[in-house]
Amino acid sequence: MLSIARSALRPSIAAAARRFVVPASSLHTLPELPYAYNALEPHISGQIMELHHTKHHQTYVNGLNAAEESYAKALSPKEQIKLQSALKFNGGGHINHSLFWRNLAPTSSGGGHLPPNSSLAKAIQEDFGGLDALKKKMNATTAAIQGSGWGWLGYNSDTKKLEIVTTANQDPLLTHTPIIGIDIWEHAFYLQYKNVKVDYLNEIWSVINFEEANARYEEAIKA
Amino acid sequence: MSFTPGQHTLPDLPYPYDALEPFISRQIMELHHKKHHQTYVNALNSAEQAYAKALTPKERIALQAALKFNGGGHINHSLFWKNLAPASSEKKGNGGALKEGPLKKAIVEAFGSLDNLKKEFNTTTAGIQGSGWGWLGVNPSTKRLEITTTSNQDPLLTHHPIIGVDIWEHAFYLQYLNVKVDYLNAIWSVINFDEAEKRFAEATSGSTKL
Repeated sequence: MLSIARSALRPSIAAAARRFVVPASSLHTLPELPYAYNALEPHISGQIMELHHTKHHQTYVNGLNAAEESYAKALSPKEQIKLQSALKFNGGGHINHSLFWRNLAPTSSGGGHLPPNSSLAKAIQEDFGGLDALKKKMNATTAAIQGSGWGWLGYNSDTKKLEIVTTANQDPLLTHTPIIGIDIWEHAFYLQYKNVKVDYLNEIWSVINFEEANARYEEAIKA
Repeated sequence: MSFTPGQHTLPDLPYPYDALEPFISRQIMELHHKKHHQTYVNALNSAEQAYAKALTPKERIALQAALKFNGGGHINHSLFWKNLAPASSEKKGNGGALKEGPLKKAIVEAFGSLDNLKKEFNTTTAGIQGSGWGWLGVNPSTKRLEITTTSNQDPLLTHHPIIGVDIWEHAFYLQYLNVKVDYLNAIWSVINFDEAEKRFAEATSGSTKL
């Protein structure tokens, strides 16, 4: 039953992108988590998941709706440009967190398990030398972000390779197709891990949804 | 001859870790000082040592980000501890009490009232999109008080710093969770206006450069 629910909740990349092209009169809404708030324990606490979803992500959704409403009423390029930062920050926040909830999964439903014969597993072996090497590199790169931001495993359609990149604050990933994103804003881990973000980065791999990541990868290489 | 690189140390807090309660918790103060600020000090020392050994402009430029981030982190937090003080409302110190004097006069002139300064400052600081600092600073050309912000650990370079407020999530999350407006309201009870007065006097005397 859970696997049916999971695949029903897994839209293609293109469909996911299309969801954000909405007329000015439509409202963005907070997507539901595909699992219970405590389902990622002990790796990410239920308290963090609940605050992160119901408060932080909700605030980006509300901010995005307000910014889009203002943008629709803007009377000049200057007014539109003034609204760009609100659109980017809140739009990015909505995009990033929507991707994030789906690239996490309870260990009981495959979180942390990279299917060995998947296209993604083969690409990780080729581009990084294996999952352990990927984790090491991604954690080091993500931990080194100076401020708030996201670490990404992304697909570069020019080089046809998986690459590790970062975005600052809530900037969405534009240069690559997002495969796996990791939130390194302090609200994502501080209540549980305090200042020891390396522990969070080690633990989160146990709840990375590699099935979702593989689906994104297969879609990306087709495009 | 510049200062000897790589010799920075973590300054002591001018008060115990629990002194700013109930406005900022002991747990936050301890982690913030002993872990976060210490990490900036350690990394600044490493970056400075690497910079001293760098042989080319390219190598030096490559180290700029580490120097700015960790140097800024050290500068900002060193200013921060000193512009906080135990709350006078708790009868623990002078925190939160703005006395009559040039600073109060300048605040009223620029903002209308202390309450209005707090309102504007908090709105601006809460509006930072990411990590950063809210500042009350003196504009060196006009000598007027202005509210400004810096992102991440960028130090304040455009104004003389009078009061700084850390809005990185580690500064408040354990106590205030996502409700940063509550932290921003609370922190004014522990702002060290005497220290701010001293900085204001220096900034407006013309004797210190930015």
